[in-house]
Amino acid sequence: MMAAAGSSRGLRFELRTRVGAVELDVALEVARGDCLALAGPSGAGKTSVLRTVAGLLTPVHGLVAGGGEVWLDTARGVDVPAERRRCGYLFQEYALFGHLSAWRNVAYALHEIPRAGRESRARELLERFGLGDRAEARPATLSGGERQRVALARALARRPAALLLDEPLSALDARTRAAAARELGAVIREAAVPVLLVTHDFTEAALLADRVAVMDGGRVLQQGTASALAAAPASAFVADFSGAVVLTGEARRADAGITVIALDGGGEVTALEGEAGAVAVSVYPWEIALARPGEAAHDSARNHLDVDVISVTTVGPRVRVGLAAPQPLTAELSEASARALGLTPGGRAVASFKAAATRVLPR
Amino acid sequence: MSGWFAVLLAVALAAALTFLTLPIVAIFAQQPPDDLLAALGEEGALDALWLSLRATAAALALILAVGTPAAYLLATRRFRGRAVLITLIELPLVLPPAVAGIALLAAVGPSTPLGRAAQDAGVQLSLATAGVVVALTFVAAPFYLRQAIAAFEAVDPTLLDASRTLGASPARTFARVAIPTALPGLVAGTALALGRALGEFGATLMFAGSFQGVTQTVPLAIYDRFATDFTAALALSAVLVAVSAAILLSVKLVRGPDAVAR
Repeated sequence: MMAAAGSSRGLRFELRTRVGAVELDVALEVARGDCLALAGPSGAGKTSVLRTVAGLLTPVHGLVAGGGEVWLDTARGVDVPAERRRCGYLFQEYALFGHLSAWRNVAYALHEIPRAGRESRARELLERFGLGDRAEARPATLSGGERQRVALARALARRPAALLLDEPLSALDARTRAAAARELGAVIREAAVPVLLVTHDFTEAALLADRVAVMDGGRVLQQGTASALAAAPASAFVADFSGAVVLTGEARRADAGITVIALDGGGEVTALEGEAGAVAVSVYPWEIALARPGEAAHDSARNHLDVDVISVTTVGPRVRVGLAAPQPLTAELSEASARALGLTPGGRAVASFKAAATRVLPR
Repeated sequence: MSGWFAVLLAVALAAALTFLTLPIVAIFAQQPPDDLLAALGEEGALDALWLSLRATAAALALILAVGTPAAYLLATRRFRGRAVLITLIELPLVLPPAVAGIALLAAVGPSTPLGRAAQDAGVQLSLATAGVVVALTFVAAPFYLRQAIAAFEAVDPTLLDASRTLGASPARTFARVAIPTALPGLVAGTALALGRALGEFGATLMFAGSFQGVTQTVPLAIYDRFATDFTAALALSAVLVAVSAAILLSVKLVRGPDAVAR
């Protein structure tokens, strides 16, 4: 089993250990070229998983395989030190070395190649991240976004066998975050290695990762695509945490500050924010109202989508309705209104939500 | 700020400044500079100066070479008895110099097993320059260790983790990340130890004696002369003041640009 994961050059790990107050018990696999997000509230044990994979934390019981090698097998006494695991690790606050310039920070990761080639390779990497003219700058003089890109260039410099990203966007202000998210998305898509991403923000996970594993209390509660989790949460916690519905599409600017987004797979929505280009639209399930086909009140300030009803799940006093537009989305309504609408899987409905409640994120 | 309080602060500062600088100024004011320079030319004065510099340099080299990794271990690992270890290391800080001298005699004096072992190995400790180095190291090392532990504790552990994930071994991480990041604190600790070693008197006198050219450092030479040749004592004092001021100034310069950049 380990050999299979090894030969595929994916990342595979099983951990059982205690970290502080959290009893960590996690088994996950990330294929090469795939991005798995570990999403959950703080204290869920997400960062401990990253640290264990990287070799910065040794679990009581564990198996970690990556880059075609076994990095950790506590049963056989294998524990490859962190510096030989080839994990590109992006730390939450980026952990740049304050005493080194940007290019020297990147070159630090290149000590395995001949000294003569290090500087040019480091500058080349910075150039790729649009930081060619900031190569001599010390981290203290870089902006948050620049720091994140230097850290990313440094993490990729060793040609890692796995990329580990710890809250890659949380240290950035809201203005920088959108652009950084877009760049990071491109890096993740281009990386020909397994990517493990930690975030407390479900929308961020949905935006950047192929699959999301929702963690709480040291365990993975559910994993799947973001839309599948939002549409059919296995527990109230996942329902609550997966919060927003995320739909992808292509945006264009219309008149009067309105953005029109043609959704992938069909349907069109408008929003009061956002730039043209590939975007993700997000809206909260409780902001989505449902009506029977033909009964929806027409109102230009609202978006209307014809949808198929896929699932109806009762979560406490609320009902979560999984829909397909054809992209999956979820509406959440009171049990009374769900009963009044007579919703059943296989039926049809109209989903509507305010244009003002529609968030647009660059992708 | 009300008027009387501002006056109170200014008066306090003036009093502190006067009290602390007057004796130092007096060293230079007592005799014309020419007499001071002439007194330095006296045989023995230069010997003392040269010995002080050599012994202090040797002690500092020992302190830095052993103290830096030891401080790093204490700062970055958490283990049972760590607080006790740190207290033991800091103990010589509060030891009266005479006690330090007696303690050294009791531990490695000529009649002790360790002292005899050193002698058999060809290292003469008591009444020899090596003994001066031992005394200086003993009293000055805690100053460096304390600062170095604090400096390494202040290094963000994530930086050390980052270094490891970038392919650096623990030793390389220590040399390339921990030391440069902690450098301002290490320099400050070095300066404190240097100042303490240069001024060391009691432990050296008791453990190594006061023989010109062998164990007589500048403070011992000053003590030796002050009853008989006050000008010579003043001249040597002036030299120590100048060297100490230079150390203090260079530490401020080393830390200054860094503090500005931050």
